[in-house]
Amino acid sequence: MPEEVTSLEHPAKPFNEEMLIQRIRNGEHDLFYELIRPYERRVYSTAFAILRNEADAEDVAQEAVLKALKHIRQFRAEARFSTWLTQITINEARMWRRKEHANLMEPIVDRQDEEGNYTPRDFADWREIPLETLERKEVRQKLAEALASLGEKYRETFVLRDMQHLSIEETAKALGISTASVKTRLLRARLMLRDLLTPGLGGSWSTKMFFAKGTKPW
Amino acid sequence: MVISCEEVWREISNYLEGEVDASLRAAMEEHLRGCKHCTAVLDGMRNVVQLYGDERMFEVPLGFSHRLHRRLEENMPGNRRSFLGWMVAAAAAVLVAGSFEVARSSVFSRSELRSEHAQPGTGVPPDMMVVVSGDGKTFHAAGCPFIHDKAHIQTIQAREALRQGYAPCVRCMKKYLTA
Repeated sequence: MPEEVTSLEHPAKPFNEEMLIQRIRNGEHDLFYELIRPYERRVYSTAFAILRNEADAEDVAQEAVLKALKHIRQFRAEARFSTWLTQITINEARMWRRKEHANLMEPIVDRQDEEGNYTPRDFADWREIPLETLERKEVRQKLAEALASLGEKYRETFVLRDMQHLSIEETAKALGISTASVKTRLLRARLMLRDLLTPGLGGSWSTKMFFAKGTKPW
Repeated sequence: MVISCEEVWREISNYLEGEVDASLRAAMEEHLRGCKHCTAVLDGMRNVVQLYGDERMFEVPLGFSHRLHRRLEENMPGNRRSFLGWMVAAAAAVLVAGSFEVARSSVFSRSELRSEHAQPGTGVPPDMMVVVSGDGKTFHAAGCPFIHDKAHIQTIQAREALRQGYAPCVRCMKKYLTA
């Protein structure tokens, strides 16, 4: 008969981040694993959004987390830890790209005029897509490809706001831009993604054809 | 107020955010009722936000967390030694107490530990049922709040968990480690 464990010494408590950070600063460094756990995926995906390469994103994610550990004393309590960590990650990713991949070509859409008006394409209606379709790897793949094709400033903004659910203000802070810029970029990113994905996800849903390569609608 | 398609597009993202004032909202809704194109743009944008906002869009490479923790361990300030020291002391205490049966079944026959962070659990009753998860490194009592990746858990005997290289959770298994 297996022994049953009915009670735990430390029942689940609300996650008190502030206290954790204080204790880490006071020398309980092992608590850093707990602090970082809820954000591991976020750090990776932020790095990936900028670098678009798994191996680089992993290296940068590790560097960012190490940096957060090293500089935990510099964290100011008025910001959220998640925003601070995201900022570190963005800086690390940008530095990495400048250092290691200075010659990489940026997609042409990066040179798009942010202020110019963008005309969304006149596609037929895109009915609601059940979220279960995300279980399909090829769907996630197509979404990732569409996102990767956006210019960096749109990609960064979209990832922070719509994927990581930072507020407009937090996104602006993490990227070092104004909230007005966040809104403009967000609008543009969402419109471009809608245009990229509608032909595939809205129409030929059952087929493998989503959107043909090289036919960006803008 | 009558507004054009261009004006709707300019504000459509703010509209989704609920960030337009009441009169603009009313004007946009009025426009949307009669404009198929703008309605399709709005529906499409809403789909985009919903799909990308889903947690399943985040895919991290297999073993990412494990490798991250390993790097962290290598870079932990001073405290690491004292933590290890504590674990070694606990293990030694158990050995001295004469738990050779446990030692034989876990320490000496275990495969390589899944993490340097993890230390052999020598005081855990070998028949106890514990919970492990695929890419986790530790085993837990059922219901422990520190179970990693709850979606892929498995209940096995402590003996088997140790043999597979899992180490006891330092929280829920604490009483066995300090015994």
